[in-house]
Amino acid sequence: MRQGLRGERLVALFILAWLAFHPPIVTLFGAKASVLGLPVLYLYLFATWLAVIVLIRLIVGRGDGAEGAGEAPPRGEREG
Amino acid sequence: MLSPTIILAAAFLYLCLLFAIAYWGDKRADAGRSLVANPYIYALSIAVYCTAWTFYGSVGRAAESGIDFLTIYLGPTLVFVLCWFILRKILRISKANRITSIADFISARYGKTQFLGGLVTVIAVVGIVPYISLQLKAVSASFNVLIHYPLIVMPSAVSTVPLLQDTALYVALVLAIFSILFGTRHIDASEHHEGMVTAIAFESVVKLIAFLTVGAFVTFGLYEGFGDLFGRAMADADLARLLTTTPGSTFGNWMTLMTLSMAAIICLPRQWHVIVVENVDEKHMDKAAWLFPLYLLLINIFVLPIAVAGLLQFRGQQADADTFVLALPMLARQEGVALFAFIGGLSAATGMVIVETVALSTMLCNDLVMPVLLRLRWLRLTERKDLGRLLLGIRRGGIVFVVLLSYFYFRLIGESYALVTIGLVSFAAAAQFAPAIIGGIFWRTANRWGAFVGLGLGFLMWFYTLLLPSFVRSGWLAESLLTEGPWGAALLRPQALFGFTGLDALSHALFWTMLVNIGAYVAISLITRQSAIERIQATSFVDVYRRTEAGQRFWRGTATVADLETLLVRFIGAARASQELADYAARRNLNLGKMREADAEFVQHAERLLAGAIGTASARVMVASVAKGETVSLDEVMTILDEASQIIEYSRRLEQKSQELEVASSELRAANVRLKELDRMKDDFISTVSHELRTPLTSIRSFSEILFDNPGIDPAQRREFLGIIVKESERLTRLINQILDLAKMEAGRMDWQIDRLRLKDVVDDALGVTRGLFAERDIRLDVDIPADLPQVEYDRDRLIQVIVNLLSNAVKFCDPVRGRVSIEAALEGDSVRVSVSDNGAGVAPADRSRLFERFQQIGNTMTDKPQGTGLGLAICRQIVERFGGRIWVDSGPGQGAAFSFLIPLRPAKAQAAQ
Repeated sequence: MRQGLRGERLVALFILAWLAFHPPIVTLFGAKASVLGLPVLYLYLFATWLAVIVLIRLIVGRGDGAEGAGEAPPRGEREG
Repeated sequence: MLSPTIILAAAFLYLCLLFAIAYWGDKRADAGRSLVANPYIYALSIAVYCTAWTFYGSVGRAAESGIDFLTIYLGPTLVFVLCWFILRKILRISKANRITSIADFISARYGKTQFLGGLVTVIAVVGIVPYISLQLKAVSASFNVLIHYPLIVMPSAVSTVPLLQDTALYVALVLAIFSILFGTRHIDASEHHEGMVTAIAFESVVKLIAFLTVGAFVTFGLYEGFGDLFGRAMADADLARLLTTTPGSTFGNWMTLMTLSMAAIICLPRQWHVIVVENVDEKHMDKAAWLFPLYLLLINIFVLPIAVAGLLQFRGQQADADTFVLALPMLARQEGVALFAFIGGLSAATGMVIVETVALSTMLCNDLVMPVLLRLRWLRLTERKDLGRLLLGIRRGGIVFVVLLSYFYFRLIGESYALVTIGLVSFAAAAQFAPAIIGGIFWRTANRWGAFVGLGLGFLMWFYTLLLPSFVRSGWLAESLLTEGPWGAALLRPQALFGFTGLDALSHALFWTMLVNIGAYVAISLITRQSAIERIQATSFVDVYRRTEAGQRFWRGTATVADLETLLVRFIGAARASQELADYAARRNLNLGKMREADAEFVQHAERLLAGAIGTASARVMVASVAKGETVSLDEVMTILDEASQIIEYSRRLEQKSQELEVASSELRAANVRLKELDRMKDDFISTVSHELRTPLTSIRSFSEILFDNPGIDPAQRREFLGIIVKESERLTRLINQILDLAKMEAGRMDWQIDRLRLKDVVDDALGVTRGLFAERDIRLDVDIPADLPQVEYDRDRLIQVIVNLLSNAVKFCDPVRGRVSIEAALEGDSVRVSVSDNGAGVAPADRSRLFERFQQIGNTMTDKPQGTGLGLAICRQIVERFGGRIWVDSGPGQGAAFSFLIPLRPAKAQAAQ
């Protein structure tokens, strides 16, 4: 992946996540209601959090290969 | 049955296991098969962020104020989204400068300033000691809760145990020993403690599994899953408050906590230590960027369920929510789970204490004690042979000092506070470093006075608005300080400074500390000027990704190699010193044995090596003590930096030029290829022309010879032969005329007679010329020229030439038996299209483009008798294209061919003028 684009994507994700984790967006999900037995606030925060983590993973990439193509990757880095 | 013996034995065994793992990690590192060279261990070690505070305190906070405990973990997630910009840059800078701690980083950035490192160290120790004591308190409290099993007794109900019977004291001492053994094994220029990191990673696994076990037990053992548990909570108005955001709730606090935790993940000394100092490979950050937030997510899933379950189970009882993690399994008589929870809490606390004490003791040694000792001339330290042992001694002393200080702080003050509050006070102290760090890596102008005053004021404000009130609550100071202000000055009340009310104590403190901290940092940086070394350091930090060696040199080095070597030996030991120097010499192809004077770069390298052991500021002082010669002045630095930026500019331009050159040369190459092609075509042309001329000549000559040699030839035959001679001569003439025409047209020397023409007249004339041909071959001709076509401006004779040529071609190539040719014209926009179609064999696709080249005849020229000169279509093309028209052929094999040309009604002026 091109590095420049990766930087821009991370900044965009940061802004998005910052907004998602702050009021007033958080308060939008603060109602006394449940989805699948879980309070919407609880569900919203954890689902968004997981989504942010997945996006970091997708944007940053595998973390091996990109720069040190010649080096043998440390143990255990190939999986995941 | 959970007896104190079993609990103590379990704790003891766990700590032994920790020692064993750390020992194993160090052994593996010594053997060169490092365990920490992998991103998973790295990410797990960063999870030292989750302390006993997470383990017990999150539940406590969730039970009190609901979901806002999550902010402490969402903040770090946000920072890790930006790992690419902030953490990666800090890592790169720290590796280049061999940074050993956060104090070292700040002092190095602001001109290797010792007093700045000292200030950071003081803030860190004062700010973090409460946090360490919080861990000890958690261990002690959890132990006290557990030993009363099967009774559930809250820690507040336990009378203070005598000093020598307090588990926390022994845990503290064991942890100090651990830190000494694995955190200060040797003085190393790289400051990696692989055994310790391995143990920390292991602790992170233990606390995660322990917490998830308790959570799963509570959620699925005591209740029937999330739905059941949350359903009951929602039914209770008091508990539902925790699961929703009620209007007017603590959302001012939300932002404060978020900001604090974002700062903490970088600025807490232990986080800095595991993220930056213990990092062995920058690339591990890529994986940790999502693994660490994932860890945080996992360890938080069950916090709210446990809190809710605790509140439901202990309804109406005096229950401390901080103990729910332990008390719930105890209530259900699950001894195993309770013991595991205790071990999990122990692992969370010990991990934090170990890393924090190592990080603090490194700071204390490198940035506070050593600089002072080196300044005290009567100690004659600079003359001591082996300072490595002294360094180790100071660090070990530092560890014991920090651990004992924390312990006594806990004994004195700890009981009065919930876990979370103490932790947040420490977070606020650590957050004071954030402006100096973030500003330091992005803002070139920031200088040491700005950083010093900003940090100092921020710290004082923190002390006044957060720490003093905590003393009041512990009963050390009179309550009136908070309610009436010092000496009755209501404006100066610590929690409502200058009458600023309406915020909670933490947000209030964060506002004031950041206001004075950032304000002073920016203002003073803008008012005062940087010194030369600050300028150098600022540039090398901010521009770490594209740094030039030229900007780095501060010494005009004239130290001797021997002096430098002695200096290194004294601090990092003979073996390591000679190893490092040999590596350096090998890298730069130097022969150290023959070198006497060390050049500037060598001095620089020696200083970096020393910095890894004693910190950048002290390293500079030590190198200055052996280096003769002056330092560089600010003007010179500016010149060097300007030169460097000029060089960068030059090289950028050079690059641009070379790119242009490349483009030009590739154009030239293309032109050359084209020229060669033209040259070849010219040769072809000449040889073809010669060949074409020879055929009729040969024919004329041979018939002439026959007539010449045979005077008595039959008159009829003679007539026939003379006819051939005449015909061939005509063909020869035609050929030569065409060649001349073509040459003239190509050279642009043709005379064009532009008239206004009616296309129908032109076509009629052309048909008149060719009527004989059609009649001779019995070919049907269809003409479709509308009479109302507008007039065109063109050369009449040339246009007739084109049409005649197309018509005669059509005659030649149409079906030999039932030949049909049609000619039609039509208006197309500003142009007129004329098409001549036949029903002959057609033109193969491959031949279509070369049909209009000179001397290209379709069919095998070796066997078939050529049916024309091979110039007709080439001339047509010249004529048509002369005034911006074009000519082409549409055909499929067996479907005949349609030659069309398009000429503009009014030829373009410029071309007509030629």
